[in-house]
Amino acid sequence: MALLTIQSTTLAVTALLTGATLVFAGLLVAKLMSPRSFNPQKGEPYECGIPTRGESMAQFRVGYYLYAILFLMFDVETVFLYPWAVNARQWADQFGPSSVTAVAVFFAILVLGLAYAWRKGALKWE
Amino acid sequence: MFEISRLTGWLHELLSSWMPEWLTTTVECVLIGAALLVLYALLALFYIYFERRVCAFFQCRLGPNRVGPMGLLQSFADMFKILIKEIISLKNIDRFLFALAPYLVIIASVMAFAVLPWGKGLQVIDFNIGIFFLVAVSSIGVLGILLAGWSSNNKFTLIGAMRSGAQMVSYELSIGLSVLTMVALAGTMSVTGIVEAQTDLWFIFKGHLPAVIAFIIYMIAGTAETNRGPFDLPEAESELTAGYHTEYSGLHFGYFYLAEYLNLFIVSGVAALLFFGGWAPLHIPGWEGFNGVMDWIPSWLWFVGKAVALSFVIIWFKWTFPRLRIDNLLALEWKYLLPINLFNLVLMVVVIVYGLHF
Repeated sequence: MALLTIQSTTLAVTALLTGATLVFAGLLVAKLMSPRSFNPQKGEPYECGIPTRGESMAQFRVGYYLYAILFLMFDVETVFLYPWAVNARQWADQFGPSSVTAVAVFFAILVLGLAYAWRKGALKWE
Repeated sequence: MFEISRLTGWLHELLSSWMPEWLTTTVECVLIGAALLVLYALLALFYIYFERRVCAFFQCRLGPNRVGPMGLLQSFADMFKILIKEIISLKNIDRFLFALAPYLVIIASVMAFAVLPWGKGLQVIDFNIGIFFLVAVSSIGVLGILLAGWSSNNKFTLIGAMRSGAQMVSYELSIGLSVLTMVALAGTMSVTGIVEAQTDLWFIFKGHLPAVIAFIIYMIAGTAETNRGPFDLPEAESELTAGYHTEYSGLHFGYFYLAEYLNLFIVSGVAALLFFGGWAPLHIPGWEGFNGVMDWIPSWLWFVGKAVALSFVIIWFKWTFPRLRIDNLLALEWKYLLPINLFNLVLMVVVIVYGLHF
Protein backbone atom coordinates (compact mmCIF):
# COMPACT_ATOMS: atom_id res chain seq x y z
CA MET A 1 0.00 0.00 0.00
CA ALA A 2 1.95 2.94 -1.28
CA LEU A 3 1.06 6.58 -0.90
CA LEU A 4 -0.31 7.04 -4.39
CA THR A 5 -1.06 4.77 -7.28
CA ILE A 6 2.26 5.32 -9.03
CA GLN A 7 4.45 2.48 -10.20
CA SER A 8 7.24 1.63 -7.80
CA THR A 9 9.87 1.92 -10.51
CA THR A 10 8.83 5.52 -11.18
CA LEU A 11 9.07 6.22 -7.47
CA ALA A 12 12.51 4.64 -7.27
CA VAL A 13 13.67 6.94 -10.07
CA THR A 14 12.06 9.84 -8.20
CA ALA A 15 14.08 8.97 -5.10
CA LEU A 16 17.25 8.75 -7.19
CA LEU A 17 16.62 12.17 -8.74
CA THR A 18 15.77 13.57 -5.31
CA GLY A 19 19.16 12.53 -4.02
CA ALA A 20 20.94 13.95 -7.04
CA THR A 21 18.98 17.21 -6.71
CA LEU A 22 19.86 17.49 -3.06
CA VAL A 23 23.58 17.29 -3.76
CA PHE A 24 23.48 19.43 -6.89
CA ALA A 25 21.30 22.22 -5.50
CA GLY A 26 23.14 22.27 -2.20
CA LEU A 27 26.51 22.58 -3.87
CA LEU A 28 25.18 25.32 -6.15
CA VAL A 29 23.94 27.33 -3.17
CA ALA A 30 27.21 26.73 -1.33
CA LYS A 31 29.23 27.88 -4.35
CA LEU A 32 27.21 31.09 -4.52
CA MET A 33 27.40 31.82 -0.80
CA SER A 34 30.85 30.65 0.16
CA PRO A 35 33.93 32.84 0.01
CA ARG A 36 36.74 31.97 -2.36
CA SER A 37 40.40 32.64 -2.01
CA PHE A 38 43.33 31.21 -3.83
CA ASN A 39 46.58 30.14 -2.32
CA PRO A 40 48.93 27.55 -3.83
CA GLN A 41 49.35 25.93 -0.42
CA LYS A 42 45.64 25.24 -0.19
CA GLY A 43 45.63 22.75 -3.03
CA GLU A 44 48.18 20.49 -1.35
CA PRO A 45 47.05 17.15 0.08
CA TYR A 46 46.17 17.40 3.76
CA GLU A 47 49.05 15.96 5.72
CA CYS A 48 51.22 17.02 8.59
CA GLY A 49 52.38 20.27 7.03
CA ILE A 50 55.42 19.29 5.01
CA PRO A 51 55.00 18.47 1.29
CA THR A 52 53.81 14.93 0.70
CA ARG A 53 56.37 12.40 -0.51
CA GLY A 54 55.93 10.05 -3.41
CA GLU A 55 52.81 8.87 -5.15
CA SER A 56 49.60 9.07 -3.12
CA MET A 57 47.50 6.78 -5.28
CA ALA A 58 49.88 4.08 -4.20
CA GLN A 59 49.71 0.33 -3.82
CA PHE A 60 47.67 -0.99 -0.95
CA ARG A 61 47.80 -4.38 0.59
CA VAL A 62 46.39 -7.29 -1.30
CA GLY A 63 44.38 -8.50 1.72
CA TYR A 64 41.60 -6.02 1.00
CA TYR A 65 41.29 -7.40 -2.50
CA LEU A 66 41.08 -10.94 -1.21
CA TYR A 67 38.21 -10.06 1.11
CA ALA A 68 36.44 -8.30 -1.73
CA ILE A 69 36.63 -11.45 -3.87
CA LEU A 70 35.37 -13.59 -0.98
CA PHE A 71 32.55 -11.14 -0.40
CA LEU A 72 31.55 -11.34 -4.04
CA MET A 73 31.23 -15.11 -3.91
CA PHE A 74 29.26 -15.25 -0.69
CA ASP A 75 27.05 -12.33 -1.56
CA VAL A 76 26.01 -13.86 -4.86
CA GLU A 77 25.26 -17.12 -3.07
CA THR A 78 23.13 -15.22 -0.54
CA VAL A 79 21.26 -13.61 -3.41
CA PHE A 80 20.53 -17.06 -4.82
CA LEU A 81 19.02 -18.05 -1.47
CA TYR A 82 16.50 -15.18 -1.44
CA PRO A 83 13.99 -16.71 -3.89
CA TRP A 84 14.00 -19.87 -1.82
CA ALA A 85 13.54 -17.94 1.43
CA VAL A 86 10.37 -16.29 0.13
CA ASN A 87 8.82 -19.67 -0.59
CA ALA A 88 10.31 -21.59 2.34
CA ARG A 89 7.28 -21.37 4.61
CA GLN A 90 4.75 -22.20 1.96
CA TRP A 91 6.73 -25.21 0.78
CA ALA A 92 7.27 -26.41 4.32
CA ASP A 93 3.50 -26.36 4.82
CA GLN A 94 2.92 -28.19 1.55
CA PHE A 95 5.66 -30.80 1.43
CA GLY A 96 6.93 -31.04 4.99
CA PRO A 97 10.58 -31.53 5.95
CA SER A 98 11.54 -32.97 2.55
CA SER A 99 11.04 -29.55 0.96
CA VAL A 100 14.45 -28.38 2.17
CA THR A 101 16.62 -31.17 0.69
CA ALA A 102 17.48 -29.26 -2.49
CA VAL A 103 18.41 -26.07 -0.69
CA ALA A 104 20.31 -28.06 1.92
CA VAL A 105 22.67 -29.33 -0.79
CA PHE A 106 23.23 -25.82 -2.08
CA PHE A 107 23.74 -24.56 1.45
CA ALA A 108 26.25 -27.33 2.19
CA ILE A 109 28.30 -26.24 -0.82
CA LEU A 110 28.24 -22.67 0.49
CA VAL A 111 29.48 -23.79 3.91
CA LEU A 112 32.15 -25.96 2.29
CA GLY A 113 33.29 -22.92 0.34
CA LEU A 114 33.75 -20.97 3.55
CA ALA A 115 35.56 -23.91 5.17
CA TYR A 116 37.84 -24.18 2.14
CA ALA A 117 38.70 -20.48 2.17
CA TRP A 118 39.34 -20.66 5.90
CA ARG A 119 41.55 -23.71 5.56
CA LYS A 120 43.52 -22.15 2.71
CA GLY A 121 44.28 -19.18 4.95
CA ALA A 122 42.30 -16.62 2.96
CA LEU A 123 40.81 -15.28 6.18
CA LYS A 124 44.16 -14.69 7.78
CA TRP A 125 45.41 -11.12 7.97
CA GLU A 126 49.16 -10.89 8.20
CA MET B 1 -8.24 8.21 13.26
CA PHE B 2 -6.71 10.40 10.57
CA GLU B 3 -5.54 8.49 7.51
CA ILE B 4 -2.94 10.02 5.24
CA SER B 5 -4.41 8.12 2.29
CA ARG B 6 -7.47 10.40 2.44
CA LEU B 7 -5.26 13.43 1.94
CA THR B 8 -3.29 11.88 -0.91
CA GLY B 9 -6.46 10.54 -2.52
CA TRP B 10 -8.01 13.99 -2.38
CA LEU B 11 -4.86 15.51 -3.88
CA HIS B 12 -4.81 12.92 -6.65
CA GLU B 13 -8.45 13.66 -7.56
CA LEU B 14 -7.85 17.40 -7.48
CA LEU B 15 -4.85 17.12 -9.80
CA SER B 16 -6.28 14.55 -12.19
CA SER B 17 -9.53 16.51 -12.63
CA TRP B 18 -7.86 19.13 -14.84
CA MET B 19 -4.52 17.59 -15.83
CA PRO B 20 -3.55 14.81 -18.22
CA GLU B 21 -2.37 11.64 -16.54
CA TRP B 22 1.34 12.01 -17.24
CA LEU B 23 1.35 15.53 -15.80
CA THR B 24 -0.48 14.37 -12.67
CA THR B 25 2.13 11.66 -12.15
CA THR B 26 4.95 14.14 -12.67
CA VAL B 27 3.51 16.65 -10.21
CA GLU B 28 2.93 13.92 -7.65
CA CYS B 29 6.47 12.65 -8.10
CA VAL B 30 7.84 16.15 -7.57
CA LEU B 31 5.74 16.51 -4.43
CA ILE B 32 6.93 13.15 -3.13
CA GLY B 33 10.51 14.13 -3.89
CA ALA B 34 10.08 17.40 -2.00
CA ALA B 35 8.53 15.60 0.97
CA LEU B 36 11.40 13.11 0.99
CA LEU B 37 13.93 15.91 0.87
CA VAL B 38 12.37 17.80 3.77
CA LEU B 39 12.04 14.66 5.87
CA TYR B 40 15.60 13.63 5.04
CA ALA B 41 17.07 16.98 5.98
CA LEU B 42 15.02 17.38 9.15
CA LEU B 43 15.85 13.88 10.32
CA ALA B 44 19.54 14.39 9.66
CA LEU B 45 19.51 17.63 11.65
CA PHE B 46 17.65 15.95 14.48
CA TYR B 47 20.09 13.03 14.47
CA ILE B 48 23.14 15.26 14.62
CA TYR B 49 21.66 17.03 17.62
CA PHE B 50 20.54 13.75 19.16
CA GLU B 51 23.92 12.11 18.87
CA ARG B 52 25.82 15.14 20.22
CA ARG B 53 23.46 15.42 23.14
CA VAL B 54 23.49 11.70 23.97
CA CYS B 55 27.27 11.51 23.67
CA ALA B 56 27.56 14.48 25.97
CA PHE B 57 25.37 12.85 28.58
CA PHE B 58 27.41 9.67 28.39
CA GLN B 59 30.50 11.72 29.13
CA CYS B 60 28.87 13.78 31.92
CA ARG B 61 28.86 16.92 29.78
CA LEU B 62 25.93 19.07 28.73
CA GLY B 63 26.45 19.11 24.99
CA PRO B 64 24.91 21.80 22.79
CA ASN B 65 22.56 23.82 24.99
CA ARG B 66 22.86 27.47 23.97
CA VAL B 67 21.20 27.87 20.57
CA GLY B 68 17.44 27.68 21.01
CA PRO B 69 15.63 25.81 23.77
CA MET B 70 17.91 22.99 25.03
CA GLY B 71 20.19 23.58 22.06
CA LEU B 72 17.59 22.32 19.60
CA LEU B 73 18.51 24.90 16.97
CA GLN B 74 22.21 24.07 17.11
CA SER B 75 22.15 21.84 14.05
CA PHE B 76 20.26 24.48 12.03
CA ALA B 77 22.97 26.95 12.91
CA ASP B 78 25.59 24.40 11.92
CA MET B 79 23.84 23.80 8.62
CA PHE B 80 23.98 27.49 7.74
CA LYS B 81 27.55 27.66 8.86
CA ILE B 82 28.58 24.78 6.62
CA LEU B 83 26.81 26.44 3.68
CA ILE B 84 29.06 29.48 3.86
CA LYS B 85 32.27 27.50 4.22
CA GLU B 86 34.65 27.59 1.31
CA ILE B 87 34.84 24.51 -0.90
CA ILE B 88 38.57 24.26 -1.45
CA SER B 89 39.67 23.20 -4.92
CA LEU B 90 42.61 20.83 -4.77
CA LYS B 91 45.50 20.07 -7.06
CA ASN B 92 46.19 16.64 -8.55
CA ILE B 93 42.85 15.10 -7.71
CA ASP B 94 40.65 13.09 -10.04
CA ARG B 95 38.05 15.83 -10.42
CA PHE B 96 35.24 13.79 -11.91
CA LEU B 97 35.37 10.98 -9.36
CA PHE B 98 35.90 13.46 -6.55
CA ALA B 99 32.68 15.24 -7.50
CA LEU B 100 30.81 11.98 -8.15
CA ALA B 101 31.47 10.41 -4.75
CA PRO B 102 29.01 12.49 -2.65
CA TYR B 103 26.30 11.87 -5.24
CA LEU B 104 26.63 8.12 -4.88
CA VAL B 105 26.65 8.25 -1.10
CA ILE B 106 23.60 10.50 -0.89
CA ILE B 107 21.63 8.74 -3.64
CA ALA B 108 22.16 5.38 -1.95
CA SER B 109 20.86 6.65 1.35
CA VAL B 110 17.89 8.57 -0.14
CA MET B 111 16.77 5.51 -2.09
CA ALA B 112 17.04 3.27 0.94
CA PHE B 113 15.25 5.94 2.97
CA ALA B 114 12.32 5.94 0.55
CA VAL B 115 11.66 2.24 1.12
CA LEU B 116 11.13 2.52 4.88
CA PRO B 117 7.55 2.12 6.08
CA TRP B 118 6.72 5.29 7.98
CA GLY B 119 3.25 4.29 8.99
CA LYS B 120 0.13 2.56 7.83
CA GLY B 121 0.01 3.35 4.11
CA LEU B 122 2.78 5.90 4.57
CA GLN B 123 5.46 4.51 2.37
CA VAL B 124 7.01 5.91 -0.77
CA ILE B 125 8.41 2.91 -2.65
CA ASP B 126 6.59 -0.35 -2.15
CA PHE B 127 8.20 -3.01 -4.31
CA ASN B 128 7.25 -6.63 -3.92
CA ILE B 129 10.98 -7.17 -3.41
CA GLY B 130 11.16 -4.17 -1.04
CA ILE B 131 13.67 -5.39 1.54
CA PHE B 132 15.92 -6.85 -1.13
CA PHE B 133 15.87 -3.55 -3.01
CA LEU B 134 16.80 -1.80 0.22
CA VAL B 135 19.81 -4.04 0.81
CA ALA B 136 20.82 -3.61 -2.82
CA VAL B 137 20.69 0.19 -3.01
CA SER B 138 22.26 0.76 0.38
CA SER B 139 25.36 -1.07 -0.85
CA ILE B 140 25.90 1.56 -3.56
CA GLY B 141 27.16 3.81 -0.78
CA VAL B 142 30.38 1.85 -0.43
CA LEU B 143 31.25 2.72 -4.04
CA GLY B 144 31.01 6.40 -3.20
CA ILE B 145 33.31 5.92 -0.21
CA LEU B 146 35.89 4.03 -2.27
CA LEU B 147 35.80 6.69 -4.99
CA ALA B 148 36.13 9.46 -2.43
CA GLY B 149 39.19 7.86 -0.91
CA TRP B 150 40.88 7.04 -4.17
CA SER B 151 40.23 10.28 -6.03
CA SER B 152 41.43 12.59 -3.26
CA ASN B 153 45.06 11.73 -3.91
CA ASN B 154 45.95 11.50 -0.25
CA LYS B 155 47.36 8.59 1.69
CA PHE B 156 45.04 8.98 4.66
CA THR B 157 41.98 8.88 2.47
CA LEU B 158 43.24 5.88 0.53
CA ILE B 159 43.84 3.84 3.67
CA GLY B 160 40.54 5.00 5.13
CA ALA B 161 38.63 4.08 1.99
CA MET B 162 40.23 0.64 1.75
CA ARG B 163 39.46 -0.13 5.36
CA SER B 164 35.95 1.15 4.93
CA GLY B 165 35.44 -0.85 1.76
CA ALA B 166 36.69 -4.10 3.29
CA GLN B 167 34.61 -3.51 6.41
CA MET B 168 31.40 -2.55 4.67
CA VAL B 169 31.42 -5.36 2.14
CA SER B 170 32.25 -7.93 4.82
CA TYR B 171 29.51 -6.85 7.17
CA GLU B 172 27.05 -6.54 4.35
CA LEU B 173 27.18 -10.30 4.17
CA SER B 174 25.93 -10.55 7.73
CA ILE B 175 23.20 -8.01 7.05
CA GLY B 176 22.15 -9.94 3.96
CA LEU B 177 22.06 -13.25 5.81
CA SER B 178 20.12 -11.98 8.81
CA VAL B 179 17.65 -10.28 6.48
CA LEU B 180 17.41 -13.60 4.64
CA THR B 181 16.65 -15.39 7.90
CA MET B 182 13.80 -13.01 8.61
CA VAL B 183 12.52 -13.20 5.04
CA ALA B 184 12.32 -16.97 5.43
CA LEU B 185 10.15 -16.44 8.50
CA ALA B 186 8.00 -13.77 6.86
CA GLY B 187 7.58 -15.59 3.56
CA THR B 188 7.62 -12.32 1.65
CA MET B 189 10.09 -9.61 0.68
CA SER B 190 7.57 -6.82 0.39
CA VAL B 191 7.96 -4.29 3.19
CA THR B 192 4.21 -3.97 3.63
CA GLY B 193 3.87 -7.73 3.74
CA ILE B 194 6.56 -8.03 6.39
CA VAL B 195 4.90 -5.41 8.57
CA GLU B 196 1.44 -6.86 8.13
CA ALA B 197 2.69 -10.31 9.14
CA GLN B 198 3.69 -8.76 12.46
CA THR B 199 0.49 -6.97 13.40
CA ASP B 200 -0.49 -9.77 15.79
CA LEU B 201 2.99 -10.36 17.23
CA TRP B 202 6.42 -8.98 16.38
CA PHE B 203 8.92 -11.23 14.62
CA ILE B 204 11.40 -11.12 17.48
CA PHE B 205 8.77 -12.90 19.58
CA LYS B 206 7.40 -15.04 16.77
CA GLY B 207 10.79 -16.37 15.73
CA HIS B 208 12.10 -16.53 19.33
CA LEU B 209 15.69 -17.94 19.40
CA PRO B 210 16.76 -17.62 15.73
CA ALA B 211 15.14 -14.20 15.49
CA VAL B 212 16.97 -12.96 18.57
CA ILE B 213 20.30 -14.25 17.23
CA ALA B 214 19.57 -12.63 13.86
CA PHE B 215 18.73 -9.38 15.63
CA ILE B 216 21.98 -9.32 17.60
CA ILE B 217 24.00 -10.07 14.46
CA TYR B 218 22.05 -7.45 12.54
CA MET B 219 22.77 -4.79 15.16
CA ILE B 220 26.52 -5.58 15.17
CA ALA B 221 26.69 -5.64 11.38
CA GLY B 222 24.58 -2.50 11.12
CA THR B 223 26.91 -0.63 13.43
CA ALA B 224 29.83 -1.70 11.24
CA GLU B 225 27.93 -0.83 8.09
CA THR B 226 27.46 2.77 9.23
CA ASN B 227 31.18 3.02 10.18
CA ARG B 228 30.28 3.86 13.73
CA GLY B 229 30.99 2.96 17.26
CA PRO B 230 33.67 0.38 17.88
CA PHE B 231 33.96 -0.12 14.11
CA ASP B 232 34.97 3.42 13.18
CA LEU B 233 38.42 2.52 11.86
CA PRO B 234 37.83 4.11 8.45
CA GLU B 235 37.89 7.47 10.19
CA ALA B 236 39.93 6.62 13.23
CA GLU B 237 40.79 10.22 14.01
CA SER B 238 43.93 9.45 15.93
CA GLU B 239 45.40 7.53 12.98
CA LEU B 240 43.85 8.84 9.79
CA THR B 241 42.67 12.40 10.64
CA ALA B 242 39.23 11.84 9.09
CA GLY B 243 39.57 8.80 6.86
CA TYR B 244 38.05 8.83 3.41
CA HIS B 245 36.63 12.35 3.60
CA THR B 246 39.77 14.11 4.81
CA GLU B 247 40.08 16.16 1.62
CA TYR B 248 36.46 17.22 1.40
CA SER B 249 35.61 20.66 2.67
CA GLY B 250 32.51 22.72 3.28
CA LEU B 251 29.24 21.30 2.08
CA HIS B 252 31.04 18.58 0.15
CA PHE B 253 32.07 17.13 3.49
CA GLY B 254 28.62 17.91 4.85
CA TYR B 255 27.07 15.36 2.50
CA PHE B 256 29.19 12.54 3.85
CA TYR B 257 28.23 13.59 7.33
CA LEU B 258 24.56 13.76 6.37
CA ALA B 259 24.61 10.33 4.75
CA GLU B 260 26.32 8.84 7.78
CA TYR B 261 23.57 9.98 10.11
CA LEU B 262 20.84 8.98 7.72
CA ASN B 263 22.40 5.56 7.37
CA LEU B 264 22.20 5.27 11.14
CA PHE B 265 18.48 5.95 10.89
CA ILE B 266 18.06 3.55 7.97
CA VAL B 267 19.88 0.72 9.73
CA SER B 268 17.80 1.14 12.87
CA GLY B 269 14.66 1.59 10.77
CA VAL B 270 15.29 -1.71 9.02
CA ALA B 271 15.95 -3.38 12.37
CA ALA B 272 12.64 -1.98 13.60
CA LEU B 273 10.95 -3.21 10.44
CA LEU B 274 12.35 -6.74 10.52
CA PHE B 275 12.30 -7.52 14.21
CA PHE B 276 9.98 -5.04 15.94
CA GLY B 277 7.13 -4.84 13.48
CA GLY B 278 7.80 -1.57 11.64
CA TRP B 279 4.75 0.57 12.31
CA ALA B 280 2.82 -2.31 13.87
CA PRO B 281 1.88 -1.55 17.49
CA LEU B 282 2.84 -3.90 20.29
CA HIS B 283 0.18 -6.58 20.37
CA ILE B 284 0.01 -9.54 22.69
CA PRO B 285 -2.47 -12.23 21.63
CA GLY B 286 -5.26 -12.52 24.11
CA TRP B 287 -4.76 -9.16 25.82
CA GLU B 288 -7.64 -7.36 24.11
CA GLY B 289 -7.64 -4.26 26.32
CA PHE B 290 -3.90 -3.80 26.08
CA ASN B 291 -3.99 -4.18 22.29
CA GLY B 292 -6.77 -1.64 22.08
CA VAL B 293 -4.76 0.91 24.03
CA MET B 294 -1.69 0.29 21.86
CA ASP B 295 -3.77 0.85 18.72
CA TRP B 296 -4.43 4.40 19.88
CA ILE B 297 -0.81 5.39 19.40
CA PRO B 298 -0.40 6.50 15.77
CA SER B 299 1.54 4.13 13.54
CA TRP B 300 4.17 6.66 12.43
CA LEU B 301 4.98 7.34 16.08
CA TRP B 302 5.56 3.62 16.59
CA PHE B 303 7.97 3.46 13.68
CA VAL B 304 9.93 6.60 14.52
CA GLY B 305 9.98 5.67 18.19
CA LYS B 306 11.40 2.22 17.53
CA ALA B 307 13.96 3.53 15.06
CA VAL B 308 15.18 6.26 17.40
CA ALA B 309 15.34 3.83 20.32
CA LEU B 310 17.48 1.43 18.27
CA SER B 311 19.70 4.30 17.13
CA PHE B 312 20.19 5.14 20.77
CA VAL B 313 21.46 1.61 21.31
CA ILE B 314 23.91 2.01 18.41
CA ILE B 315 25.16 5.31 19.83
CA TRP B 316 25.49 3.60 23.17
CA PHE B 317 27.79 0.96 21.59
CA LYS B 318 30.18 3.73 20.62
CA TRP B 319 30.80 4.72 24.22
CA THR B 320 30.90 1.20 25.58
CA PHE B 321 33.36 -0.70 23.41
CA PRO B 322 36.92 0.26 22.44
CA ARG B 323 37.81 0.50 18.77
CA LEU B 324 38.82 -2.74 17.06
CA ARG B 325 41.92 -3.37 15.00
CA ILE B 326 41.40 -4.11 11.30
CA ASP B 327 42.41 -7.78 11.53
CA ASN B 328 40.20 -8.30 14.58
CA LEU B 329 37.40 -6.61 12.78
CA LEU B 330 37.60 -8.86 9.74
CA ALA B 331 38.11 -11.95 11.91
CA LEU B 332 34.99 -11.06 13.90
CA GLU B 333 32.95 -11.01 10.73
CA TRP B 334 34.39 -13.97 8.84
CA LYS B 335 35.24 -16.34 11.67
CA TYR B 336 32.44 -15.62 14.11
CA LEU B 337 29.45 -13.76 12.71
CA LEU B 338 29.31 -15.53 9.35
CA PRO B 339 29.39 -19.12 10.72
CA ILE B 340 26.94 -18.19 13.48
CA ASN B 341 24.73 -16.61 10.88
CA LEU B 342 24.79 -19.68 8.64
CA PHE B 343 24.00 -21.88 11.61
CA ASN B 344 21.20 -19.52 12.58
CA LEU B 345 19.71 -19.87 9.11
CA VAL B 346 19.60 -23.65 9.56
CA LEU B 347 17.98 -23.14 12.95
CA MET B 348 15.36 -20.89 11.39
CA VAL B 349 14.65 -23.47 8.70
CA VAL B 350 14.13 -26.11 11.39
CA VAL B 351 11.78 -23.75 13.22
CA ILE B 352 9.81 -23.10 10.05
CA VAL B 353 9.63 -26.68 8.84
CA TYR B 354 8.45 -28.08 12.16
CA GLY B 355 6.19 -25.12 12.85
CA LEU B 356 7.91 -24.16 16.09
CA HIS B 357 7.27 -20.44 15.63
CA PHE B 358 4.34 -18.66 17.23
